[in-house]
Amino acid sequence: MNVRLFALLLILSPVVANAADYGWLGEAAPGYATPKPGAPILFPQDHAAHPGFRTEWWYLTANLTGDDGKSYGAQWTLFRYSLEARDGSGWDNRTAWMGHAAVTSATEHVFAQTMARGGVDLAGVDNPPFRAFIDDWFFEARDAQFTNSRLHARGARFSYTLDLTRYGPFVLQGDKGYSRKAGEGQASHYYSQPFFSVDGAVTIDGKKIHVTGRGWMDREWSSQTMAPDQKGWDWFSLHLASGDRLMLFRLRGAQDYRSGNWIAPDGGVTQLAGEDIVVDPLDHTSLEGRALPTRWRVKVKSRNLDVVAAALNPKSWMGTDFPYWEGPIAVSGSTRGEGYLEMTGY
Amino acid sequence: MRQIFWTLAALASHWRKHPANLATLILGLAIATALWSGVQALNTQARRSYDSAANAFTGGKAQNLVAAQGGLFAQDLFVALRRAGMQVSPILEGSARIGKKTARLIGIEPLTLPHDAGLAPLAGNRSATGMLTGDGLSYAAPETIRDLGVVAGERPVTDAGFKLPPLVVLSEAPPGAIVVDIGVAQKALNRPARLSRMIVAPEARIDEATLRAATDRALRIVEPEEDSDLARLTDSFHLNLTAFGLLAFLVGFFIVHASFGLAFEERLPVLRTLRALGVSARALVTAMLIELSVFTLLAGGAGVIGGYLIAVALLPDVSASLEGLYGAQISGALTLDARWIISALAMAGGGALFAGASGLLKTFNLPVLSVARPVAWREAHRRYLFRQAIFALLSLMIAALASRFADTLEGGFTVIAATLLGVALLLPLALEALLRIGEALSETPLSRWFFADGRQEIAGLSLALMALLLALATNIGVGGMVEGFRRTFIGWLDQRLVAEIYYEAATPHDAREIENWARTDKEIVAILPVWRSKTRIGDWPVEVMGMTPHTTYSDHFPLNAAKPGVWRMLHEEDAALVSEQLARRLKLSPGDSFDLPTTGDSWRLRVAGIFPDYGNPKGQIRLDHTRLAQHFADASGVHYSLRVAHEATTRVMTRLQETFGARIARIVDQAEVKKISTEIFERTFTVTSALNTLTLVVSAIALFASLLTLSNLRLAHVAPVWAIGVTRARLATLELLRILVFAAGAALIAIPLGLFMTWALVDIVNVVAFGWRLPMHIFPRHWLTVFATAQVAALVAGLAPVRRLARTAPAELLKVFANER
Repeated sequence: MNVRLFALLLILSPVVANAADYGWLGEAAPGYATPKPGAPILFPQDHAAHPGFRTEWWYLTANLTGDDGKSYGAQWTLFRYSLEARDGSGWDNRTAWMGHAAVTSATEHVFAQTMARGGVDLAGVDNPPFRAFIDDWFFEARDAQFTNSRLHARGARFSYTLDLTRYGPFVLQGDKGYSRKAGEGQASHYYSQPFFSVDGAVTIDGKKIHVTGRGWMDREWSSQTMAPDQKGWDWFSLHLASGDRLMLFRLRGAQDYRSGNWIAPDGGVTQLAGEDIVVDPLDHTSLEGRALPTRWRVKVKSRNLDVVAAALNPKSWMGTDFPYWEGPIAVSGSTRGEGYLEMTGY
Repeated sequence: MRQIFWTLAALASHWRKHPANLATLILGLAIATALWSGVQALNTQARRSYDSAANAFTGGKAQNLVAAQGGLFAQDLFVALRRAGMQVSPILEGSARIGKKTARLIGIEPLTLPHDAGLAPLAGNRSATGMLTGDGLSYAAPETIRDLGVVAGERPVTDAGFKLPPLVVLSEAPPGAIVVDIGVAQKALNRPARLSRMIVAPEARIDEATLRAATDRALRIVEPEEDSDLARLTDSFHLNLTAFGLLAFLVGFFIVHASFGLAFEERLPVLRTLRALGVSARALVTAMLIELSVFTLLAGGAGVIGGYLIAVALLPDVSASLEGLYGAQISGALTLDARWIISALAMAGGGALFAGASGLLKTFNLPVLSVARPVAWREAHRRYLFRQAIFALLSLMIAALASRFADTLEGGFTVIAATLLGVALLLPLALEALLRIGEALSETPLSRWFFADGRQEIAGLSLALMALLLALATNIGVGGMVEGFRRTFIGWLDQRLVAEIYYEAATPHDAREIENWARTDKEIVAILPVWRSKTRIGDWPVEVMGMTPHTTYSDHFPLNAAKPGVWRMLHEEDAALVSEQLARRLKLSPGDSFDLPTTGDSWRLRVAGIFPDYGNPKGQIRLDHTRLAQHFADASGVHYSLRVAHEATTRVMTRLQETFGARIARIVDQAEVKKISTEIFERTFTVTSALNTLTLVVSAIALFASLLTLSNLRLAHVAPVWAIGVTRARLATLELLRILVFAAGAALIAIPLGLFMTWALVDIVNVVAFGWRLPMHIFPRHWLTVFATAQVAALVAGLAPVRRLARTAPAELLKVFANER
């Protein structure tokens, strides 16, 4: 999910005149906390915001099937970012919030963005029970254990309300929740909840469709992440037919930095070494003047996984203030499955 | 090419020999261009400012949400609407004194500000970073920064001692405004957690039902078109300016025409010689066209500079009047573009071409063999007068015809312009007749010669005299209108602003508490709620205001026309007072009925009376206070007037402010309002009178130019009289006397013409432009001044040429006979 971090840090920097120049990303962020290896991640406490860190997000992606037999994808994201370490109340609050939401089908990709200032109750996260909100969008758990929760977002052409049921444990990514992003030590705290069953409705252009499927929640916070030579990210989250889950990413730099975690159906996690992971673009789609790989060869050697991941809708472009590609993918090859792909820096 | 070059050289020799002729030509063209382009620059500037003001937040398309009852509203409403999914962005506006200047302080919220707003550079993350980190940032247009006497990077301090964030130049910022973060604005204006309005993102319009469901009746939607009337409302003001610019151009054009005409006559021998030498008519005309182009560039260039200077000088007055009259903010720094320069040069070129057209045409058709006769125009005099008469009649017919369509501004101006032109064209005829009578009545030979010779002089002077007549008539006409307006307006202000204190509470709740407090204050004689609402009748915005039964109104409120028992009728029946503008538009008289759209159904009202409402671009209706509250659920409950003993005004104001602080959104000493209104009024007409004076000056120059060029020709007429034994001094005196007689004739005709113009302005133009009719005043003393001005102008213009005559060496006079032309 470093892609999102990348986008956010881009927002934060007053010095970035063009996206290609992000040497500043390697800089330390004075006044902010730094992720530390071995720092414990606790539930439900860590569902809440971590104001000491510069940026943070609550992310949910869902692979859905409609009553019409078609595949859909839904994305719900709340970003928090601190404009400066000094903070205050009311309008003096220096936190900004940004929501992104999207619904994707094979033919449509509709998305929305909304932003809010902190300090005046326009957006925020309550916990426990967990409730993240911005404007009228929300992601809210009915109980402290996060067993049942509901998700809602709305844009000019779409809306969705999804009920989520958790059937597995929260999963610590990276090394016990400490996720490295580069050889130089840039990292974030990162955990996921890949065991959600989803039931709800999406509406596109006034047409309401009942949907069911699987959801994946990501939580990540950090203060600085990218190495100076890194240009962007390709991130995958996969639900495999075996019940296993797979998260892996590649940071594109002078030398690619690859990392991932294999998640067993019971929630047991194994960190994957960079050499174990192969991600190769197969086909590109031209979008907004850029060529984006929308079909991939993905291999995890140690698990004999060799699959092709193809976008449900190659035009899943998030034309928000900080544009990126994010959409559902279908997996075929040594096994079958589905998931989400996110790409930025193209 | 060579031929054209030498032709040009031959033609140019004339200007070398007659620099005065050249000077008047260039001067006339330059002045005409300057006045015209100056006015154009002012108009363009004002229009550009309206656009930038209207577009500042929304591209002029967005809805706004404001407190239903006026004043400020709680920030919680903004949060509630956002949380209900409505895409609104908060704004807090107020004014802050910075040093000696007042700036409009606008608080925005960069993260929610719509991206397609005129202030788009401030919408989004990038600007949020700048505005919300470190000391933050304030944004202002370059001219605003200059006006405030600060520099970019500086942190202006308000009179309340608040240090604003460092200033950054943002050319998109509305004129006169400093844009800051909403949090900064709330602190600087001491309005914690309060907003003045919200902008709705254009793609996410809100309807009444949704808004009501979310905020009950706390807020009201202001549709974009309601506020974009500015350009339409100010049209009449700009048309007035344009008309003046055109008049000035016309007078300047007369000068050019006169100079060209004389130059042509004087150059006839040269032209014939050139033709006889084999220069084709085509080449000759080409050379003259080249000459004309050079003049256009020279004079037009000078005119552009002059126009710029005029605009710079008048802009403060124009912007003050526009702001005062319509609340329109005009940027204080003149911005000019290439289009303006080109249009000014085109006007100069067009004018020069038109003025020189007859000369060019004559050149083209010049019979090569006929003898050069420098005073050919004398013979054509009769024909010329006849033609003048035809054109004059034609003009007057057009005026008569246009008066049938006098219910439009264009019609009104056509009546004025055509009448002015018609009478001006008749002037030489009238003077001719006058001189004939004088000649017939004369007994001595010298006085007979005086009149007879005058008749011949008229032809050469007629254009200059016509210009003088126009300038004088305009002076009388406009002067009379302005002075009449001044008297009426000041009297009206006194009647309308009877109450000593006017205030606006921050919320209706505050208003009630202030009202309760005011009842207990011993120095407050009466509390008069002036609740108000807005509606539209047809496409016209109308203000609706409440009145309580009180002698303040029944004794003082000015009425143009009323039913008997008007005040009883207003408070006891479904009746209303209607502003003159509205009454005219709806063709209402006292006793008539009309339907008023209210927040509920439309309401049938009888017109109890009609009141003058000078200077208000919108319609206004006055209703009984209680009935207003019943029919307009959204009536603002925050506007009040207070009656107090005059000497207690300051004390009561201080007590109110100390007791209620920020709960009073605005408080005004009405005496101050009167002063400001009068100032605005004076400034409005500063522009008019400045243009008026300029026109007069230009006409004096025209007269001077004509006299100067004529003075050479005059030698031939004067020499024989001198030879008979009349001294040069006597001759010069007679020459001067004749000029004064001509000017007197023009002034005498100008008086009735000016009166007609006043009448047309007051009765046609003002009514159409503003919707009200002023009582017509007559100012005979002003006529005397104008008459004297005409004499002085003629004296000044005539002195130099006449002195030249008086000092002409006898040898020169003798040459006239030697050279027998």
